[in-house]
Amino acid sequence: MTIEGRFKINREEFLLDVDLEIPARGVTALFGPSGCGKTTLLRAIAGLERSDDGFLRVGDMLWQDGTNFVPPHKRQLGYVFQEASLFTHLNVRQNLEYGIKRVPAAERKVSMERAVELLGIGELLERATDGLSGGERQRVAIARALAISPKILLMDEPLSALDMVRKREIMPYLESLHDELDIPLIYVSHSPDEVARLADHLVLLENGRIGGTGAIGEILTRFDLPLAHGDDAAALIEARVASHDAQFNLTYIDFLGGRFTVAHRALPIGHPVRLRVAARDVSLTREHQSGTSILNIFPVVVDEITIEGNAQVMVRLVTEGIPLLSRITRKSADLLGLEQGKSLYAQIKSVALLS
Amino acid sequence: MLAESDIAAIAITLKLAAISTVILLLLGTPLAWWMARTRWRFKVLLEAVVALPLVLPPTVLGFYLLVALGPHGPVGGLMEWLGGQPLAFTFAGLVVGSVIYSMPFVVQPLQSAFSTIGQRPMEVAATLRASPLDRFLTVALPLARSGFLTAAVLGFAHTVGEFGVVLMIGGNIPGETQVLSIAIYDHVEALEYGHAHWLSGALLLLSFLMLVAVYTFNRRFSVVKI
Repeated sequence: MTIEGRFKINREEFLLDVDLEIPARGVTALFGPSGCGKTTLLRAIAGLERSDDGFLRVGDMLWQDGTNFVPPHKRQLGYVFQEASLFTHLNVRQNLEYGIKRVPAAERKVSMERAVELLGIGELLERATDGLSGGERQRVAIARALAISPKILLMDEPLSALDMVRKREIMPYLESLHDELDIPLIYVSHSPDEVARLADHLVLLENGRIGGTGAIGEILTRFDLPLAHGDDAAALIEARVASHDAQFNLTYIDFLGGRFTVAHRALPIGHPVRLRVAARDVSLTREHQSGTSILNIFPVVVDEITIEGNAQVMVRLVTEGIPLLSRITRKSADLLGLEQGKSLYAQIKSVALLS
Repeated sequence: MLAESDIAAIAITLKLAAISTVILLLLGTPLAWWMARTRWRFKVLLEAVVALPLVLPPTVLGFYLLVALGPHGPVGGLMEWLGGQPLAFTFAGLVVGSVIYSMPFVVQPLQSAFSTIGQRPMEVAATLRASPLDRFLTVALPLARSGFLTAAVLGFAHTVGEFGVVLMIGGNIPGETQVLSIAIYDHVEALEYGHAHWLSGALLLLSFLMLVAVYTFNRRFSVVKI
């Protein structure tokens, strides 16, 4: 199952010209700076923005080609706008029911109860929309889009209008959508943090064109793309909770390349987690150090090296096919004799658990 | 107290205002909807035409209508050709005049209400599977309800209070086309101040009550943007 789209949209301010192919599963993030065309692309997928000779197929549903244009209300999609945009003349329950009523009974796969439960809005159902907080509104909007059992869910920066506290309030709900529902999600964002937490697949947009597209772990470590550079460069590793160590209050997390040791997290054994390893937290040694406080050490092979500023280099390392980034000084690189294919040990000073 | 002709004038006035308001809402809603959303380059021309009765002396408007609706005018001629009567000096003629004269009072509040709603709720409704007509009926109309109230009351009240246009095209036929405002004028000309007081007082009270109703229902909305 894939989503294939070609759009050419000419607006006064800018031109969107994309040819897109992404998997119709998991979370795909449309990522890029403001004004790069992310929202326009999402709107084009929803049919809210029209391009004359566009093409769009979502799985086996043809939504647009040279002669056909399926209008938005006939596309089986859910859309969450940047501002919650709840209907102010309806209460929360009626907002949810508005969409559900218009979906044929045979197509209803997500029940209203399930949507309400997933977003934790059971308490709000009889409330008027203007009494809700920003975070509550956005949760209702997400539940409303979900409750119509869409074949695909589109979200346009659903968190950007919210402050940090509200963002933290909603993030777990979004993550649970990702984990519990089998609905592909296309998510527009300009926040690297959100993308690192949620996305499986990334489409980078720059000035209305696609800069790169691929699995998130790959895109984040590709030197020809901007995300693998700068202070925030980091690799993402998919892993699972392996066990807990009660004596030292630690949690062990396994990935393809070995086992991470992190401070205890109350997660069940086998729970999938995502680890974010910043390039600046990874140092390299020639031998496996034994006399060190660092617990997370993995054998790696140098894959590619690129100059980073005046004094530093960025190194892409691979362990069992999993890419990692390390940012070290040029001098260290020289002393280690770094070159492609060289075997080393990566010492990881700290790692962030994203879910 | 009220003479029989006065009561007839009140009845004709209310009937005229009610019929005109219904027609105005039926015509004004699609027009206002279209004007609120179109990016048509010459929209300003249409807006100016709709707003003309606001600035034009009613006698000018009435004069042109009289010419158009009379037996030698294009509309009146057409009516005769179709086997009907010219509209000048008939109740139907009054309705036509009132609809044109009160059009801005209905279209402008509706247009402003529709503009305030904006595109977004309609897009949301579209992504929730509502067809264009469905979302107009279930989203745009309810969200514009205060605009409708304003439009209906202003259209009604303005028709009740009209004078010049009616005088020009309706003449002053008691029991047929004589409306309140003209009956008052007749009483004053005949120095029947008692009758004029009764009718004027009734009109004043009616207008006041209608506006109170609008402001009460519309407290949350900035009304009467004309």
